[in-house]
Amino acid sequence: MRPILMKGHERPLTFLKYNREGDLLFSCAKDHTPTVWFADNGERLGTYRGHNGAVWCCDVSRDSMRLITGSADTTAKLWSVQNGTQLFTFNFDSPARSVDFSIGDKLAVITTDPFMELPSAVHVKRIARDPADQASESVLVLRGHQGRIARAVWGPLNKTIISAGEDAIIRVWDSETGKLLRESDKETGHKKAVTSLMKSVDGSHFVTGSQDKSAKLWDIRTLTLIKTYVTERPVNAVTMSPLLDHVVLGGGQDASAVTMTDHRAGKFEAKFFDKILQEEIGGVKGHFGPINALAFNPDGKSFSSGGEDGYVRLHHFDPDYFNIKI
Amino acid sequence: MADALIEERAALMGIDMSQIDLDSVQLPPGEDFGIISDDDDLYREDTLELDTGLGNIIIVDNLPVVPREKFDKLEGVVRKIYSQIGVIKDDGLWMPVDPDTQKTLGYCFIEYNTAQEAELAKEKTNGYKLDRSHIFAVSMFEDFDRFMRVPDEWAPPETKPYTPGENLQQWLTDEKARDQFVIRAGSDTEVLWNDARQLKPEPVHRRAFWTESFVQWSPLGTYLATVHRQGSAVWGGASTFNRLMRYAHPQVKLIDFSPGEKYLVTYSSHEPSNPRDPQRVVINIFDVRTGKIMRDFKGSADDFAVGGTGAVTGVSWPVFRWGGGRDDKYFARIGKSVVSVYETETFSLIDKKSLKVENVMDFNWSPTDPILALYVPELGGGNQPARVSLVQIPSKEELRQKNLFSVSDCKMYWQSNGDYLAVKVDRYTKTKKSTYTGFELFRIKERDIPIEVLELENKNDKIIAFAWEPKGHRFAVIHGDGPRPDVSFYSMRSGNNTGRVSKLTTLKGKQANFLFWSPAGRYIILAGLKNFNGQLEFYNVDELETMATAEHFMATDIEWDPTGRYVATAVTSVHEMENGFNIWSFNGKLLYRILKDHFFQFLWRPRPPSLLSPEKEEEIAKNLKKYSKKYEAEDQDVSMLLSEQDREKRKMLKDEWEKWVSRWKQMQEEEKLERQNLRDGEASDEEEEYEAKEVEVEELLDVSEEVLSFDYEE
Repeated sequence: MRPILMKGHERPLTFLKYNREGDLLFSCAKDHTPTVWFADNGERLGTYRGHNGAVWCCDVSRDSMRLITGSADTTAKLWSVQNGTQLFTFNFDSPARSVDFSIGDKLAVITTDPFMELPSAVHVKRIARDPADQASESVLVLRGHQGRIARAVWGPLNKTIISAGEDAIIRVWDSETGKLLRESDKETGHKKAVTSLMKSVDGSHFVTGSQDKSAKLWDIRTLTLIKTYVTERPVNAVTMSPLLDHVVLGGGQDASAVTMTDHRAGKFEAKFFDKILQEEIGGVKGHFGPINALAFNPDGKSFSSGGEDGYVRLHHFDPDYFNIKI
Repeated sequence: MADALIEERAALMGIDMSQIDLDSVQLPPGEDFGIISDDDDLYREDTLELDTGLGNIIIVDNLPVVPREKFDKLEGVVRKIYSQIGVIKDDGLWMPVDPDTQKTLGYCFIEYNTAQEAELAKEKTNGYKLDRSHIFAVSMFEDFDRFMRVPDEWAPPETKPYTPGENLQQWLTDEKARDQFVIRAGSDTEVLWNDARQLKPEPVHRRAFWTESFVQWSPLGTYLATVHRQGSAVWGGASTFNRLMRYAHPQVKLIDFSPGEKYLVTYSSHEPSNPRDPQRVVINIFDVRTGKIMRDFKGSADDFAVGGTGAVTGVSWPVFRWGGGRDDKYFARIGKSVVSVYETETFSLIDKKSLKVENVMDFNWSPTDPILALYVPELGGGNQPARVSLVQIPSKEELRQKNLFSVSDCKMYWQSNGDYLAVKVDRYTKTKKSTYTGFELFRIKERDIPIEVLELENKNDKIIAFAWEPKGHRFAVIHGDGPRPDVSFYSMRSGNNTGRVSKLTTLKGKQANFLFWSPAGRYIILAGLKNFNGQLEFYNVDELETMATAEHFMATDIEWDPTGRYVATAVTSVHEMENGFNIWSFNGKLLYRILKDHFFQFLWRPRPPSLLSPEKEEEIAKNLKKYSKKYEAEDQDVSMLLSEQDREKRKMLKDEWEKWVSRWKQMQEEEKLERQNLRDGEASDEEEEYEAKEVEVEELLDVSEEVLSFDYEE
């Protein structure tokens, strides 16, 4: 089906997130204003105004009531999804890069970039049920990554936190004690900066995308490498279909090195891989810049991609997509 | 630490350090007492190499023995002779004196700035006659130890028992009749089999940092040559690539094999010590098997620059072109108004003199016979016409000559069997403002070598590419202006007349700028490289039909395998992206695709010519069905096996995954309760087949009351 082109952001997209029901799509971009769309027809529902810098990441609570966003203005903000009011602001000393609600939405993990002399860090915050009781103290702060942390997410039962970033190493931390439990193997792991990390729906595994032109699938408990998907371009975004065994990689040549002669040279395609066989099945073209963000609708029947070109493209699959045989 | 040393030293010498104002101490100009200033570091590093060796020192022997009074005079004479050749270092001339007699000892040492200068001095002045009784004997200081170790008595060399070498042709005996190729990507060089049946390459040998600049197969495929700072080396052998021979040539830049791979020509150029001098060029010719230098050529780069009277600078490689086919009998190079032809029996000029051809611009050997084609441009403002002539070697007899008028340029193309020679002639139009192109076609193997003139239908078409069909009688031309030129095919034979050229067909408007004939003939790829982004058209010239069109985006190189069964297209690191290669079947089916970053080279391993007699080949061609049956059966077996293996592999992967998932599910089940607790009792994700309920929400937006007046009719 023809993709729906959603023009609402003025700057490159950074992150996309569906709510649990899959009727809302939240998009973050470098233009300071996270936006919420109807996931079915691409109509814009509203924006969340208040950030004063690029917004890097967001997460929405299970009941679709709360939105948390992390921004380069060194804050993470809690919003009311319904009416767009700011509920609370967490202040940091450096840009907030990634945010993730825990199971039960009582905790949130927020990562901050290295800035001036400050090293990058992973902060765990308690999220109060009532915004009036919200405290800004961190329950736990984890340090140890070299360089930027691209993403940190909760492990099973909120017992662990998985983080990955510029140093190409994936780390698993104990979310109670802050102890480093596991590190990815240098031999089998990524060779260059990890740019994205996405958990499967059931939380059993996750994929990481890296600038080493590959994506890798890991067991979330043991951090064993299960699969590797090799592509031709640096990977900026990864996601997995909740319905079929498909992994989608998005990326493209670095924006600063983009050719001006032919759009084919950049390979700004969303590439579909068979999750189990690690084989490429197909690709979806359309963006004229690298793809920075990818998200699958929880029903698995549509997905959206956000590019450096400032567009979100919403793709509803044709029926024959569900019968791909290889 | 340093201060303590200084003070200690000062105390030893009886100097009171406190009395000295260090800032007032001035070093003599040019002297640094071995203390390197920080700024000098870079400079130091450059020259360090020269200082460590003793290669820049020579010993001059057989000097006159003179008493003290005449010492200065002799030194002056020696200095004068040797400073003409290069720059002698300060204090670089040392003539020892016998302490008893106060006479010189009849020899001296001279140190130059560079080893090259020393070598040159040795070459030029060894045997120099100062006077009748004093003939210089010059040797390198480094050689001195070697000479001293020469035993006084001759001992017969040991005869080593014969050990059979490896079979260097082992790769030709591959059961599946596959071809090899070498690729260079990043720091790795790798030799692989092209396993088209399995649709992937099979590694043979791989080595990191195998070469320092490039690799090259010898023309018959026996050796793989690598290039290093110290020289070149060849590798080969039965299974693994062992080093077979080394060829010492410092800073070698370029190498070239003779067609029969008996000889290897190596080339290096060296910066002169005086920047105004031309570069020095060293060319060595080695015997490939023994590693012995057969002949060396040294001189300034100007001597080796080709191009007649034209002021072309730089050396065009190969300097020496080999003639006489695979016998490697002759090699020649072009000089100013001469063509120097050497023969390999004695490695000297044929008849001891070069072939004098006034203003010769270019020459080409026939690929099979010792025949030279020479091109001499127009002279005297058109009074003397341009000339293309064929010269037989070693008789130097002119076989055929053709005068050409108002010529701007000529290019010569030999057909691979040496049957035909095509000369592309660019002529000026009457106004001299533009040029048009025609072809002079020589039939070498026919009596008196008839020449035919061919002009394109549209005379003003620019010729973009020209190529002979290997071993055939046809050729292809890309001609025309603009982005979509035409491609025409010609045959040297017409229907019933074998002595006439005829046009086969013209394909209009093709995106092509390069032609690649299959080495077996018949098939050709019309390729649009560079600004055509890698368009490929696979064309069958027998049937005059296009077999396939394809694209290898950004492709820079195309090479047929030596059998003409497969084609490799590659994107090398001239582009930053897409690096890697594709393998196609001869009819344009993409077989497989390999991506490699920093991809530098793709080279098929050449094959020596077939040992079958022409009759036998014909017989095989006739009964092809009989022979091919066996291979077709094999192909089928392989493809069956392959799909079987594939299926199995997939099944295994699927099973593995299932197992992993089921294990996970079990754990997930165990933790279900905990998860529910985390969510305050709300059901967990898996069983959340939540119902979609339609909820109607009524929202009261505004309530307003309006009083309407009615007029009651009374």
